[in-house]
Amino acid sequence: MAFLTTHPDCVPVVSYRFGKGATSIDKYIELEGYQSARKALELGPDGIIAEMKASNLRGRGGAGFPTGMKWSFVPKQSAKPKYVLVNGDESEPGTCKDRLIFEHDPHSVIEGVIIGGLAIQAKMGFIYLRGEYRYLLKIMERAVEEAYAKGFLGKNIFGSGIDFDIVTQTGAGAYEVGEESALMESLEGKRGVPRIRPPFPAVVGLYGGPTIINNAETIATVPHIFRIGAADYAKIGTERNGGTRLFCLSGHLERPGVYELPMGYNLKKMIYEVGGGIPNGKKLKAVVPGGSSTPVLLPEEIDIGMDFDQVGKAGSMLGSGGVVVLDETVCIVEFALRTMKFYQHESCGWCIPCREGTDWLKKSLTRLHAGGAVDKDIDNIRYLAENMMGRTFCPLGDAAAMPTIGFVKKFRKEFEDHLEGRGCPYHHAREQEAALV
Amino acid sequence: MSTQPTIFSPELAARFDKLVTLYPVKRSALVPMLLYAQDEVGYCSDTVIAEIAARIGITELEVRNVISYYSLLRTKPVGIYHVQVCTNISCMLRGANQVFDHCKKSLGIENKGVTPDGLFSLEEVECIGACSWAPAAQVNYDYHENLTPESVDKVLADYRAKSGAGK
Repeated sequence: MAFLTTHPDCVPVVSYRFGKGATSIDKYIELEGYQSARKALELGPDGIIAEMKASNLRGRGGAGFPTGMKWSFVPKQSAKPKYVLVNGDESEPGTCKDRLIFEHDPHSVIEGVIIGGLAIQAKMGFIYLRGEYRYLLKIMERAVEEAYAKGFLGKNIFGSGIDFDIVTQTGAGAYEVGEESALMESLEGKRGVPRIRPPFPAVVGLYGGPTIINNAETIATVPHIFRIGAADYAKIGTERNGGTRLFCLSGHLERPGVYELPMGYNLKKMIYEVGGGIPNGKKLKAVVPGGSSTPVLLPEEIDIGMDFDQVGKAGSMLGSGGVVVLDETVCIVEFALRTMKFYQHESCGWCIPCREGTDWLKKSLTRLHAGGAVDKDIDNIRYLAENMMGRTFCPLGDAAAMPTIGFVKKFRKEFEDHLEGRGCPYHHAREQEAALV
Repeated sequence: MSTQPTIFSPELAARFDKLVTLYPVKRSALVPMLLYAQDEVGYCSDTVIAEIAARIGITELEVRNVISYYSLLRTKPVGIYHVQVCTNISCMLRGANQVFDHCKKSLGIENKGVTPDGLFSLEEVECIGACSWAPAAQVNYDYHENLTPESVDKVLADYRAKSGAGK
């Protein structure tokens, strides 16, 4: 079991039913469940999309694309069937929020898929969870069965004359499948290799049909927008950044946890008040604000609102909502290396700049951390990363390059401290400390 | 298909019969089928691959091609309890490397090793989505969070007791 953590500043919208037994459909209905789908049925496709646009909801997967806009790109007429896809392949390091949604409020995901289906006139939806979340698949499968039994899924849903089916499944361990086109390949029973775009999924997606694919948090938010009203939902956040976000606080904090806070909540406050600050009287060294792929922020850069635009302006990204906090004892080179080890492991190998780039970056960072590098290597690391940017099939290449560039740019001195046989100063310090004990 | 000879239990065979009908194309059932077969058999053996290829109507090579992509799918057996320790950033910051090293020592095996009695296997894994409760590990599909070298020993001991070993 994983639980939400609360703080007086939290605003429960997506987490409104968490911890209230809403995995059972009767409890979900008692807590205003499946009312939003009924409202959506009355509104019809154009009305639903208008509400979604008015809510200012932006994709919670990382890119922050306006959801209503995304849905409006799906052509009204299509020779091929249309699909709604939920990306629950949560695997960006630092991110553990979708897990709570599936665990505590599975019906909100189902209801969100139904509304998405009504918006684009699809007849089928898929909920794809990461393979490690097997216990959540059981919860989702049970919830789907319950929804069928109540007539909310299957033939003639809610007595509307419309048919809609949902299939749930898991992946089998692959970060890359969190990329939208790779996820579609995986759902088609293939290796999760990304597709070239255009065409975008809204036009040619799953099985070649028009598809909307949204992050699980995005989809789970949809019924809440219809529950409280798009205008009221938009008001919770900041300009062009409607609503709340499940922020996953991790790393060196007194109170790590997943908290639901308004979009635009101050990052400094999030770390020092919500997260309780840095333990053991240590100083803050750096913050990775939105999952491992987002460029690092320095302590003097964190007095910003956590929405897509403000974090973007600060030179990073809001990303997946995973706020990773590093205290002064962390070796940035070691941290950069561990991050790159991940991307090298997860690169699907399909395109060369990513496959070779991540591997060389891992090798270079390994050598640097061990003390075997020369001055030129630092520039080479940055040069290599910069040349991966925008040159890969899918965003995984950028995801690996962006944080690396940030680490070199902001912690150059620390990289230099490792050079010419010196190795890791933090390791030496830890060894000395251990020897004294 | 259910009337055909199968290497799977009747329940799993029935589940597979249904699974291939859920999707617009049969092949979409491939990844879930491999996972469920692996849960029952222990790994994606040659016979598992052959039967799944036949059920879906693709070649064994196509099945192997998919298996090699996904980190949870394996073609060799692991221990009854497969201990997967996350050492990614959030876990690393909270002592995952010490937890992983401790597991190696306690179990007497290296990364991707299996204990001689076949009870445990160990693997260093990437982020498992437990960042706010780090460091974390999964034993088979069960999560264990906020681990320390001491608490991980208790986790391992509980599984050992559950298996009836060491009595």
